[in-house]
Amino acid sequence: MLWDALTRPDLWAATLAMATPIALPALGGTFSERSGVVNIAMEGIMLIGAFFGVLFSYYTHNAWLGLLGAILMGALISTLFAYVTVNLGADQVIVGMGVNIFAAGLTAFMLNEIFGYGGTPRETPALPNLTIPGISDIPFVGPILGSQNVVVYLMLMLVITSHYFLFHTNLGLRIRSVGENPQAADTAGLNVLRLRYLGVIIGGMLSSLGGVYLALGLLNSFEVNMSGGRGYIALAAMIFGKWTPFGSLGAALLFGFAMALSIVLQGGGVPSNIIQMLPYALTILALTGLVGRSTPPAADGIPYDPNK
Amino acid sequence: MQKTIEGLVTPFVAIVIAVLIGAVVMLMTGHNPLTAYGALFSGAFGSTVNLSNTMANAIPLILSGLGVAIAFKAGLFNIGAEGQYWIGSMAAVWIGYSVHGLPPILHISLSIIVAMLAAGLWAGIVPGLAKAFVGAHEVITTMMMSYIAIFLSHYMLENGPMMQTGFTPQSPVILPSATLGKIVERTQLSWGLAIAVVACIIVYWLLYKTTLGYRLRAVGLNSRAANYAGINVPFHLVLALFISGMLAGLAGAVQMLGVQHRLYDSFSSGYGFTAIVVALLANNNPFGVILASIFFAALSTGGQSMQLVSGVPAHLTAVISGIIIFLVATKDIVQIQKRWRKRQTLASGKEA
Amino acid sequence: MHTSLEVRDITKSFPGVIANDHVNFDVREGEIHAILGENGAGKSTLMKVIYGLYKPDSGSIRLYDQELNFASPRQAIEAGIGMVHQHFMLIPALTVAENVVLGGEPGRIHYRRKENVEIVRQLAKQCHMDINPEAKVGDLTVGLQQRVEILKVFYRKAKLLILDEPTAMLTPQEVEELIQVMERLRSQGIPIIFISHKLDEVKRISDRVTVMRAGKTVNTVETKSTTPQELANLMVGREVVLQVSKPPQLPGEPILEVEDIVVSSGRNEKVKGVSFQVHRGEIFGLAGIDGNGQFELVEAITGLMPCKSGRIRFLGGDITSSSVRGRTKAGIAYIPQDRQLDGLVMDFELTENFILRDFFKAPFASIGQMKKKPIEDFATRLSEAFDVRPRRIHALARNLSGGNQQKVILAREVSRNPELLIAAQPTRGLDVGAIQFIHNKLLELRQGGKAVLLVSLELDEIMSLSDRIGVIHAGRLMAILPSGQVTREQLGLLMTGVNLEKEG
Repeated sequence: MLWDALTRPDLWAATLAMATPIALPALGGTFSERSGVVNIAMEGIMLIGAFFGVLFSYYTHNAWLGLLGAILMGALISTLFAYVTVNLGADQVIVGMGVNIFAAGLTAFMLNEIFGYGGTPRETPALPNLTIPGISDIPFVGPILGSQNVVVYLMLMLVITSHYFLFHTNLGLRIRSVGENPQAADTAGLNVLRLRYLGVIIGGMLSSLGGVYLALGLLNSFEVNMSGGRGYIALAAMIFGKWTPFGSLGAALLFGFAMALSIVLQGGGVPSNIIQMLPYALTILALTGLVGRSTPPAADGIPYDPNK
Repeated sequence: MQKTIEGLVTPFVAIVIAVLIGAVVMLMTGHNPLTAYGALFSGAFGSTVNLSNTMANAIPLILSGLGVAIAFKAGLFNIGAEGQYWIGSMAAVWIGYSVHGLPPILHISLSIIVAMLAAGLWAGIVPGLAKAFVGAHEVITTMMMSYIAIFLSHYMLENGPMMQTGFTPQSPVILPSATLGKIVERTQLSWGLAIAVVACIIVYWLLYKTTLGYRLRAVGLNSRAANYAGINVPFHLVLALFISGMLAGLAGAVQMLGVQHRLYDSFSSGYGFTAIVVALLANNNPFGVILASIFFAALSTGGQSMQLVSGVPAHLTAVISGIIIFLVATKDIVQIQKRWRKRQTLASGKEA
Repeated sequence: MHTSLEVRDITKSFPGVIANDHVNFDVREGEIHAILGENGAGKSTLMKVIYGLYKPDSGSIRLYDQELNFASPRQAIEAGIGMVHQHFMLIPALTVAENVVLGGEPGRIHYRRKENVEIVRQLAKQCHMDINPEAKVGDLTVGLQQRVEILKVFYRKAKLLILDEPTAMLTPQEVEELIQVMERLRSQGIPIIFISHKLDEVKRISDRVTVMRAGKTVNTVETKSTTPQELANLMVGREVVLQVSKPPQLPGEPILEVEDIVVSSGRNEKVKGVSFQVHRGEIFGLAGIDGNGQFELVEAITGLMPCKSGRIRFLGGDITSSSVRGRTKAGIAYIPQDRQLDGLVMDFELTENFILRDFFKAPFASIGQMKKKPIEDFATRLSEAFDVRPRRIHALARNLSGGNQQKVILAREVSRNPELLIAAQPTRGLDVGAIQFIHNKLLELRQGGKAVLLVSLELDEIMSLSDRIGVIHAGRLMAILPSGQVTREQLGLLMTGVNLEKEG
């Protein structure tokens, strides 16, 4: 039964699809935390991305503009978050939770106010699924990599780009240094606050892109609380992936696999709910060092006081 | 007494500002804030039924809010109150339907005790020990345990050991001997309210009148000085999470035994996160938790009414909640700023 | 010889203290210039002013005839000032090359890994340093990490090098290597300022030395033509000391016996085999410059840090492996160096702070329940006896002044009637009135036949209060002398590691 499931290409295709809305906020979190700011607001930012994506898409009749609008809003709320935590030094976890709760309420409220009881209008343009000629013809791999929503491909490209950016560019080096030892970075002449803003805002944009995928990629509507906890799962993926882009993708795939498998296996064999627990349990193990050391950037979560 | 009044200022101001912002939003979307808030208020408190339901809604918030508050006092962030709530619920329901022949007093007590122990262990063992020995951040560990608990409950109910015969994923009903009676008939208000109030008094007593509370608070405020005072810091971290979990588990137990009477297969109760807002708003003061819980319960019960009467979506209440958190976090900022400035002058005064 | 750095009349003050008072000195090209002084002399402040971390109130600094006006370290770096801090500003998770080029990376976007490694390799060769540019800084020894700091400075094309207490954390072997590097740099014409309190190093390495005391530059002399005694004189001076009249006292039997203890912090041994005794009715003063192991010694005696080896005996019993609470129970009281960090819970009320040691005992608690009245009475009593202001026992510790906070700690510890009180920097940051109060209390304990171990960075305090004085340097006890028979200069010499020929 299990083997049958594993050899079904649609299982793996679903894995990739379900991993995407986790990988994107995980990637976003990586940027934020690499610069030294703990960001648990991904859940809320995803919702913002999802809702505003739908909103802009509907009003401009263009899903791509919807995507752009969503990313903009994500950047906006991240800037607010960055101001309160980086400039004012407020508790990053508390403010993060605040963003989540606020975003959940705001998006639900606005959905009702703007679209009324009918919810998202059916004619809202969605983002297209792509079929890549050539790849989609390869047996087994074809359906997995060859025909996914455009955001999935975007995600893959962003993972590669992020890796390059963080580990092979000067700016990436600076961002990482600010997350490890902001005082050293300061004495080397870097602007710690500006770099942290950058990390948080990039993080917010990526997270809201994850929300856009849910609202405009998988479907073409916004549902209340549609992020469904993925923002928190993304946190786990980021930790499990040791705060790296490829690691986050890998962990996200693991979570996506667990979700896809549980659907496929419904009705027989190992209970799907037990399978779904696994990624969370693994994250805890990663944190406790039992499955490899998972150490965050050294100055993660500590507000920088230049007058120390 | 003066300190209590001082402590009430910030939450009060935060609520007032948030309510005003809510009014502005209502005006902007073409609604009348007065009718809306009026409907909210009467929906929450306007009749015996409404009041009872509001109070009933407040019960799980009070208990899980107490749990989060006590963790905060020890310097810990228990985000996993939701999962601990589920564990408590599962345990309570299980005892409720599977143990026969006990008089109500014993049956209820047994359910509650088992629920509290199970939830306490859920928080204390993995997140607690991980924090105490490896320094693993409890925000992540409690959150992960929360998801595991939710999946566990799904497992139990979806063709699992706790599912009743038939097709609906729900547990059997608990026996009458395990049921908490209602204070007001035909409402959701059970004697769980008394339990909640008693819990509140006990937590207050524990924190401020016992040596254990002294130790927990010392660990939360300054673990170095606490260590120097001979207090075993890792032990008390684990203990704090354990107690915190117990209270969240109690919330689940009371909800099951008093209101639901069986376990349903749902994703979240919503109490876990609201408990965090409650604790923050109450500044971790046990009696403040009661007030804050009633406030949020009122928002929730009244919100439905507000939507019916004035057309303002009930979700606005969540917006108000979010704004409140922001404001409460900001108050901390002002204090932190004052401290930093003070420290600067002190530190620079001693420069060589 | 050309003057590279000219410092004229620099004054920098903070609330309540003038850290730099019309400081004047200059550094020639190709010389190694030492800045010598005790703690609190103003050396660090001066360096931070030069480096742009502080803005001076008045005065000027010229680097190669160019007036400097720094608002930030970035500008200082660009002008050519390179500073190697005492506490390294390195990022352990990154490689040597990455640390060196950070902030001044070549290229626009792409990080040129291979090129940077090569650049750093060449740079290291030029500075005659042996280092692997691809190693992770976190894996390097302290000596090698210091080299990375120096490389950083030269990557930015520094024209002047400032080293702040460079040998503080090095092993003797590493010190030798550093000296060689410094001498090679000097031969290349690069001026070096190094801050130190170690007389023997200053004598050995520097060409000229400027001595600072109490914020002023006392004198600049040619190292060759001066003696350690002269330098020590200049350093400690002959100022009027806060004299406390001490009645003569005959000390009793030893209460505390420390035998050969070794204490490690990280990979360094901070205390390298120290032995001494403290007697009843005596104040034993431990003098030394900050960072020489005295505070680790104190933490080992109080039980906050473990001893690697050695024995500690108290009242005849071996307490080497006793817990903190065990030692407290046996009769040791402790006023910690950092009152806000270790001594008080700032957000607790005074009542709660007063009972921090004994909160679980009667009359404050019974069967785990705290008893309000006895606690309040106790707090009131102590506040009166020790003149804690304001007299509000429910005020938060945070809202008291430093002096009053210290009084709370003192009151708490002394009221327990300990046999031994260990006081670490008890009057740091306090006003004269508070200082006198605390000194008197310490003397009272002495009168009452108790023992006091006083650890202080203030030589005046040590000299006026102690019966016997021990001097610690680099983790070793240099000498133990009766206070009446030793001069300030002698203590100064001992504190900087110079062995005295004659015994006191």
